[in-house]
Amino acid sequence: MSTATSTPTGTGREPGRKTTHKHSQPSKRGRVQQRWLPWAFLAPTIVGMGIFTLLPIIASIALAFFRWDIISAPTFVGFDNFAEVVQDPTVRVSFVNTIVFVVVAVALQLGLALGLAIMVQEKLPAWLRVFFRSAFFFPLILSAASVSIFMRYLFNEQFGVVNWLLSLIGIPAVPWLTTPGGSAAVVILVYVWQNFGFSFLLFIGGLASIPVETYEAASIDGATGWRKHFYVTLPLLSPTTLVASVMAIINALQVFDQPYVLTRGGPGDSTRTAVMVIFESAFQRLEFGQASAIGVILTLIIMAITAAQFRLSKRFVFYQ
Amino acid sequence: MTTIQERVTTTAPVVTRKKRDWSVAVRIIVLLIASVFVLGPVLWTLSTSLRPPSESFKLPPAFLPLNPDLTSYTQVFKQLNVVLLVVNSALVTGLIAVGQMVTAALAGYAFAHLRFKGRGALFSIVLATMMVPAQVTIVPVFMLIRGVGLSDTLLALIIPAIPTAFGTFLMRQYFMGLPGELAEAAAIDGASPWRTFRSVYAPLAMPGLAIVGILAFNFHWNEFFRPLIMTISEQNFTLPLGLVSLQGNLGTGSISVVLAGVVLSMIPALVVFMFGQRALQDGLTAGTGK
Repeated sequence: MSTATSTPTGTGREPGRKTTHKHSQPSKRGRVQQRWLPWAFLAPTIVGMGIFTLLPIIASIALAFFRWDIISAPTFVGFDNFAEVVQDPTVRVSFVNTIVFVVVAVALQLGLALGLAIMVQEKLPAWLRVFFRSAFFFPLILSAASVSIFMRYLFNEQFGVVNWLLSLIGIPAVPWLTTPGGSAAVVILVYVWQNFGFSFLLFIGGLASIPVETYEAASIDGATGWRKHFYVTLPLLSPTTLVASVMAIINALQVFDQPYVLTRGGPGDSTRTAVMVIFESAFQRLEFGQASAIGVILTLIIMAITAAQFRLSKRFVFYQ
Repeated sequence: MTTIQERVTTTAPVVTRKKRDWSVAVRIIVLLIASVFVLGPVLWTLSTSLRPPSESFKLPPAFLPLNPDLTSYTQVFKQLNVVLLVVNSALVTGLIAVGQMVTAALAGYAFAHLRFKGRGALFSIVLATMMVPAQVTIVPVFMLIRGVGLSDTLLALIIPAIPTAFGTFLMRQYFMGLPGELAEAAAIDGASPWRTFRSVYAPLAMPGLAIVGILAFNFHWNEFFRPLIMTISEQNFTLPLGLVSLQGNLGTGSISVVLAGVVLSMIPALVVFMFGQRALQDGLTAGTGK
């Protein structure tokens, strides 16, 4: 123990109950502590994260180089898993699906969120603003599985409300869940419906931090309506847009619940996503090495996109 | 509409008042349409669950439950062990939330107010783990759980979810907002470091802890991916799993009965929404530079 802390000026008199740790008597200034004390506070989190996060990350990378069905002993196969995964048509198509999904869903999510946030943040009666904020936030508290359950009924081809609404404006019944294109559209719509509220909240926060004077100055210079937003709001909001898009992309890359419940990846492989093939190769086909290889590839993609976005941000993001 | 416009003009003394009125009206209409699209599906779910099962697919749809019929609710209790599912979900969610609050408070306090070697580096590692998707670590975690004989138990869902990087980050931020002089004062009064944390800082950090708890509750009550992997037997299912199995692969479950289950599963989330919306919003957007 450190010399600084070993000044037990009254340890003998103190009842053991008060200081359960034998030597944790504070010094006069209360600044010096036993060296192990912080580690006692940290232990549950550090040990837990070591076991359930750090170790699994290392194990996952290692496992990607082995063939293992959990029953027989693992055998080292080098890069075979990666080679097989890259060749596998199902894996390929699911990565393409995931990327198309991310591009379309994130664009819709951010566009919708930004547009609605600007409209809510402008002059509006306070109670209406509270109502709209709560309404757009609401889907976030629901489970993606539950949402997908009721959305599956709403998109039913014959009896669903969506096709009934479309029939009112003369559009014939759309085979939503039985065609590749229709299924992909449903997965995207359901995902955006539930998640745009998160980006919306971020944009609301970002807009609130833009000083009113900037707009007043822009008005004096003759900027009105959408010009004002284009030249003032968008540049000043770019730090928020960066954060919102990074988070939206990372989350969308991991989409699983919605396609699993809505379509089980079908018809064919049309809505199978990267995480779905991880799940299937590990827990349905017991190819744990291949599942880990796909996971490693997905993680590398996520890291590359995050890095690229922050690099791009140096050029395009405008910090006040 | 006119009342709304009047209200707006009183709060908005802008230059071109007439033009302003129009743009406000258009804005409100667009926002109302958006809210109809957001809330409509939920209202349809509620009203359909309150209709007799034979009328589930009646068109035009009813969005308001005018003649509530509880057949579907009695049915869902017969077809699904709702009580068991709720107990399982509540146990898993509650224990994770409490576990996260305790561990995050301890670690957050250490990172904010205790001094030790490697504090900065260790905190960076904690933050970095947030970037790794859970789907990547799930295979080794599953094997670990299986190795220690916990597979297909509720503990398999609870224990790995307790250490929380995000919660630790939130609590560190919260504790940093509390002055370090409190610790000095407590020390002068003869309090041990543990006493200082327990009786001085922890009570002051309750609002932050509430955010950690609410976030954990909302996330794990709705969680689907981990329970799908970690549990096999129906007696260990949580609510989302039970509902998806009730709907069935081909959607063969009776619609209004499934929807009754969905509505029941939403009740705790609704309670959180009504009483903890602000905390939830603050927690979700914490650490995004807001």
